[in-house]
Amino acid sequence: MYKWFANGADRTRKSWVRPLVTCALLMLAIVIGDFRTASALPTGKVMAIPAFARKYGLPCSACHTAWPELNNFGMVFRDNGYQLMNDRDSLIWQNPSYFPISFRITPNWHRESTSDQPVDSIPGGGTGSTLISRNVTQAGFDLSGMDLWSAGTIYKNISFILLPSSDPTAVWHFESAWIRFDNLWGNSWLNLKFGRFELDNLISEKRFLFLSGNGGLYQVYHFNVPGSSNNFGIGDNQIGVELAGHDSNSYTRYSVALLSSNEGGVNLTNSVTPLPPGNPASRSFDGYMAFTKAFNAGSWGYEEFQAYAYVGQRPTYYQTSQGVQLVGLGNEPFYRVGFAGQLHFKNLELLPFFMHGHDSAYLGTSTADNGSLPLGAHAPSFNGGFIEGQYFVNPQLVFFGRYEKVDVGQQAFSSSVSGLPGDYGNVTAYSVGYRWYPIMFSRGGVAWHNEYSISKSIGIVPESGDGTGLPPLLPTNGVWSSSVFIGFDFDF
Amino acid sequence: MTLKNFAVTFVLGSMALVTVGATSMRAQSHVNSPDPALGAPSVASEESHVNGLTGHAGEGKVLYRRYCIGCHGPDGNGEGMNAQWIDPKPRDFTEGTFKCRSTPTGTLPTDDDLYNAITRGFVTTNMPAWRPLTPQQRADLVAFVKTWSPRWAKEKSGTPLAIPPETPITIDSILRGRQTFQRLECWKCHGPQGHGDGPSASTLTDDKGNPIRPYDFSSGSRFMCGSTNQDLYRIFMTGLDGSPMPSFADVVKPDEAWDLVHFLRTLQPLKTQEASLWQTYKAAHGADIKPIGPDAAAGAQ
Repeated sequence: MYKWFANGADRTRKSWVRPLVTCALLMLAIVIGDFRTASALPTGKVMAIPAFARKYGLPCSACHTAWPELNNFGMVFRDNGYQLMNDRDSLIWQNPSYFPISFRITPNWHRESTSDQPVDSIPGGGTGSTLISRNVTQAGFDLSGMDLWSAGTIYKNISFILLPSSDPTAVWHFESAWIRFDNLWGNSWLNLKFGRFELDNLISEKRFLFLSGNGGLYQVYHFNVPGSSNNFGIGDNQIGVELAGHDSNSYTRYSVALLSSNEGGVNLTNSVTPLPPGNPASRSFDGYMAFTKAFNAGSWGYEEFQAYAYVGQRPTYYQTSQGVQLVGLGNEPFYRVGFAGQLHFKNLELLPFFMHGHDSAYLGTSTADNGSLPLGAHAPSFNGGFIEGQYFVNPQLVFFGRYEKVDVGQQAFSSSVSGLPGDYGNVTAYSVGYRWYPIMFSRGGVAWHNEYSISKSIGIVPESGDGTGLPPLLPTNGVWSSSVFIGFDFDF
Repeated sequence: MTLKNFAVTFVLGSMALVTVGATSMRAQSHVNSPDPALGAPSVASEESHVNGLTGHAGEGKVLYRRYCIGCHGPDGNGEGMNAQWIDPKPRDFTEGTFKCRSTPTGTLPTDDDLYNAITRGFVTTNMPAWRPLTPQQRADLVAFVKTWSPRWAKEKSGTPLAIPPETPITIDSILRGRQTFQRLECWKCHGPQGHGDGPSASTLTDDKGNPIRPYDFSSGSRFMCGSTNQDLYRIFMTGLDGSPMPSFADVVKPDEAWDLVHFLRTLQPLKTQEASLWQTYKAAHGADIKPIGPDAAAGAQ
């Protein structure tokens, strides 16, 4: 880690970097030393998704370790269908002015920098210009996308989420939209959800604390072996039906889901937006299973573990009419299996995650399965995971960091056939940051968010939330992509 | 370059953090108590002892801040920022008065009582069940809640009420309980049918003058302080301190109390043995059953 920082620094400017770092650490020390003062802040103002805070009058910290991440009470609340399971769940208790809608957006300043990018040697290209490898850096004030949250109960034991979400240019899609029939036959083990929803991931990417271009996603949640036609990401919302259940404190949970094989796409395509148009879906289904068990660890809190498996298929070619794709055909299988943990040590929380992924050779080589596999093709596989740490100084201040690693264990083609390095596609990533919630009322909240993240990917475009980047000129090169993110994350 | 990014992030962030923080504190210092956020508990250090666990107030303070402060307030007086929207109002811990106890009226509850209240929640209020917290965390919260009132330093908890074995559930027991319901004038608050709509219902207030509704037996299976017959027995033998619900321990004998329990069960929309017996009896003797309420009281006189 130290070596990485040292190598990353511009050694020619060490003279001013050092004072700057010293200054930063001093300032950090002041902040850390000022925790007592920080905890003197108006603590009654720690509230949550304001729609629920308005409904129940609970502080947001009751359901969130640091919003938007849920704690166990929040998970139980969610598992119960956004109900506290008392007589206040009924809509009749709501004030007529209550409306279950929240808005969330994050004005920010961010800086994105990517190394080893092929750029024109003469800006604009043209005669004499060649592609050379350079850093590409961009920075400025910006907006995040916007979430328009609506969630709650339609009736006792019938809950819903409707979440239209936009990108920064206000192109909208339905991130989540589902209805759930809770506690069927009075049994908390039987809950049926129908629509587009997040899989029952113990470590939710939709509710995590990271926002930057590189840190704002779990690499392994969206990883596919380079060259694969598989578009699956376990962090992406899927569309289908889920049967789930839990005990009274959600220490034991299960989820079984039947999902369309289209990556949560709508209009029978694999896309949630009209542009770019998605490919047609096939008529097949995927399955997801998760089992979660938590254990009481006394004053530490509780320790939770999850095992999961996703088994799916994706088309490898399409029925067409005059070249226009109509229906996905030639489904080929893939799977993702692994485990996750949520470990509490009082104010410290550790989140380990592991995944093993495997695609069929047809998917891995993007080959139609009505033809022959290329010579030397293998079914590719990878192992990936991360360990995330969060330290809660108090409900209003959290420091967090993450280390991620994805290794392609089996390439679709061996190096001797493809000429690519054995570590082609491997990813390593680091993220650190903190969030401070200075003023949060039951009608809204603000988080001051600082984050730095950096990833290294071998020979491929970095997986990045901002969607930018190009493969390096040489497939052996590691592409470093870093993000600095400073912003105000607010909802009301 | 990466080191520079790192440094710039934290310099800018920390400077803004401190600036915003200082501004925020100045602007809102009037809502802060002198001691960090939670005021000055009346007892510096306190423990609880529940089911073999020892709760610590220091740990409970952290939990209180996270989970409870929005309603019960930074000073434990039930004046959290959400209290204005909550009905009934959150408990004022500084008074040391608690509704759900196993101890006689006017006495402090046991640690178990507070622990059970946190675990169970109160079905007719905004207080949820905090079962998702670990037993140790709930014990810590009990210890901290006890720091708010000086009563805990001066008094011991009351002796838990001894509950005798339940008498057999018979139609005679139910009918006797119905007479007790009439005699004690429970109907004045809870209504002749137990719907919480008795003639006095609209006039009731708690000990802080806030309007309060009597329990509506037709609303479900759970009571404020539990759901079993023993819980129901305990409720009217200990009373709900701080509310208009008195203790009937001095005017009701144990057998009469069980009779009343059996009758009250018939007022609930549940398939219980009591309800079954009562429905059978009503079908056969409906015309002979005198209505509960002022007319029956006048007739009795």
